[in-house]
Amino acid sequence: MKLQGKNALVTGASRGIGREIAIELARQGANVAVNFSGSEQSANEVVEEIRSIGCKAFAIQANVADSDSVTEMVKKTIEQFGTIDILVNNAGITRDNLLMRMKEDEWDAVIDTNLKGVFLCTKAVTRQMMKQRSGRIINISSIVGVSGNPGQANYVAAKAGVIGLTKTTAKELATRGITVNAVAPGFITTDMTDKLSEDLKAEMLKQIPLGSLGEPKDIANAVVFLASDDSRYMTGQTLHIDGGMVM
Amino acid sequence: MADVLERVTKIIVDRLGVEESQITLEASFKEDLGADSLDVVELVMELEDEFGMEISDDDAEKISTVGDAVNYIKSNA
Ligand SMILES: NC(=O)c1ccc[n+]([C@@H]2O[C@H](COP(=O)([O-])OP(=O)(O)OC[C@H]3O[C@@H](n4cnc5c(N)ncnc54)[C@H](OP(=O)(O)O)[C@@H]3O)[C@@H](O)[C@H]2O)c1
Repeated sequence: MKLQGKNALVTGASRGIGREIAIELARQGANVAVNFSGSEQSANEVVEEIRSIGCKAFAIQANVADSDSVTEMVKKTIEQFGTIDILVNNAGITRDNLLMRMKEDEWDAVIDTNLKGVFLCTKAVTRQMMKQRSGRIINISSIVGVSGNPGQANYVAAKAGVIGLTKTTAKELATRGITVNAVAPGFITTDMTDKLSEDLKAEMLKQIPLGSLGEPKDIANAVVFLASDDSRYMTGQTLHIDGGMVM
Repeated sequence: MADVLERVTKIIVDRLGVEESQITLEASFKEDLGADSLDVVELVMELEDEFGMEISDDDAEKISTVGDAVNYIKSNA
């Protein structure tokens, strides 16, 4: 086990990729604070699963875009676990629309959750990690943050922003033993991609050299690597886990 | 409160690895004591813990010398 005794906070861990990340961290020995926004029931299921693996877990409701609830979430996590060794900024939403049709509130909602949320959570754990002189921050970006994607101006701007934020945070915190890296998933089967039309999915598939959609587990494996000692000599990087879509 | 300077001095010596003799009320963390911006943030964090107080970001930005820190603590603790 690569993460024995480590303590992790995973945002948006009630469903999809975040759920898989939380469970995989636990399989490697980590205790996990399971953040959710609306899906309490699903979050509790993730907690149960982690406990059945033999690690500590608890569910914690917080909107990552709200600084007070983020501060409270981080405080509770430190109270429960004593340290925060790993933060995974995974919570994210989409509000797709063509640029010309995109409403201001669609833009704001996605930037607030997907970009400001990463800033707020990172800021909130930094004090603790600086004191510890160690920490791993892993940000879930998206491959479209690298390539662009029609119909997702808000989402792409946020995800590209996350990559920039990752690099700057990495530079600011490197001397304190904290590494910051990002993962850019391609097309992964979750609720987020189930919403897309069959036509669009078929179209996307053509752009994936490895010829299939990815699984949440593919992302979770990369997160475990970035959370563990195996990645100790890398920071500020973005790993593309996308079946070869963007090279 | 007489020992505020003493306690602040100890933290600075530990954190920045400077000699006690370098620490005067006028000494600037960055100019005179070799701190970078992140060191100053950490110093403020340690002062918060040591004196059991919360120093807001706005106030923290105004603390640039040893005297600034001592005065802030004396008037807010
Ligand atoms: N699926 C893909 O193909 C794909 C590709 C690239 C990148 N990504 C990124 O991977 C991450 C996870 O995506 P997913 O596909 O797993 O999405 P998902 O299945 O829709 O799950 C999203 C998760 O984020 C949580 N969440 C949403 N808004 C939140 C907020 N304001 N505060 C706290 N939690 C919030 C949700 O919690 P509740 O259910 O409790 O509300 C849920 O747990 C996202 O950052 C996404 O952009 C996904």
